[in-house]
Amino acid sequence: MKLVLNLFICFFKIGAFTFGGGYAMISMVKDTLVDKKKWMDEKDFWDSIALSQALPGVFAINMALYTGYKIAGKGGAAAAAFGAMLPSLIIIAVIASYFADMNNHPIVKSIFSGIRPCVVALIFAPGLAMLKKANITYKTAWLPITACLLICFCGLSPIYVIIGSIVLGIVHQLRTKKIKQ
Amino acid sequence: MIYLQLFWVFFKIGLFGFGGGMAMISMIRMEVVDDYQWLSGADFADVLAISQMTPGPISINTATFVGYSQAGILGSIFATLALCLPSALLMIAVLALFFKHKDSPAVKNVMNYMLPAVAGLIIAAALLMCDNDNFKSPLSYIIFAATITANYFFKTNPILLIIISGIIGFTIN
Repeated sequence: MKLVLNLFICFFKIGAFTFGGGYAMISMVKDTLVDKKKWMDEKDFWDSIALSQALPGVFAINMALYTGYKIAGKGGAAAAAFGAMLPSLIIIAVIASYFADMNNHPIVKSIFSGIRPCVVALIFAPGLAMLKKANITYKTAWLPITACLLICFCGLSPIYVIIGSIVLGIVHQLRTKKIKQ
Repeated sequence: MIYLQLFWVFFKIGLFGFGGGMAMISMIRMEVVDDYQWLSGADFADVLAISQMTPGPISINTATFVGYSQAGILGSIFATLALCLPSALLMIAVLALFFKHKDSPAVKNVMNYMLPAVAGLIIAAALLMCDNDNFKSPLSYIIFAATITANYFFKTNPILLIIISGIIGFTIN
């Protein structure tokens, strides 16, 4: 029980003090769980990172779920995940409760008129980085282009684009298997 | 009813949210702005800026914000839990399977198709946000170009870029 509570406190702190999302959390989680508390060894930790990346959903929460599970079973997983999401819930709920009034203030409006194009660019840049990471060639360029066009002009939900890409991957796999046989 | 809608929207996004926070943001935008029209495009950009500047994962922050805007505290709890539930369930189911098949050609094949698609959907989200609400003056385009350059080539911290853009917006207007 004490371990579960400790996990909750540990991930609450990590959730409250890391800016920049899941990847910024990796070093903080490792520092606490592996180096300081020695609740898990380094190999288990990097396995948990690999699994967290492969699963859908929020990377930071996946990391909390898996390391919590390894350390203290299902209760540990729940405690770690709740700990990681609670600071966001509290902070955002407080901001959101004032946001509607604040947003119409002329000063706030002028600040956000500068921020909005910056936010759009901050989505664009990781999209470009992802293109690079995916090793796009002339042969595979149709994939991101089709995905982009379907979403922008046909209003297709990104969820179906993901499902479609998974199906294509499975079809490709089945066909290569057949050729080999 | 609204709780069920919030739960359903964010559960779907949690289940198909491969490829990190920005991929999920693109899905959230589609559901919340285009399909359910809970927020306007401009409001969504503001929510993203706040989610980026506050601690915690950006997708959790955005889900909490959207949930709160529709149904108060309980709404934000529903949205956030729904976003995390699929991976919690999957984790129990696939834990053993995953480490056996992590490097198998089948998984690699699927990833080869999924990564480019995810890149396409993130860029689509950015393009859909290029509207008159978010780009009000020529200055907007300068901020946009400068942010991409700084973030992509120089890996400048996003929070710093948001703060600088806010200061520029405040001084010019």
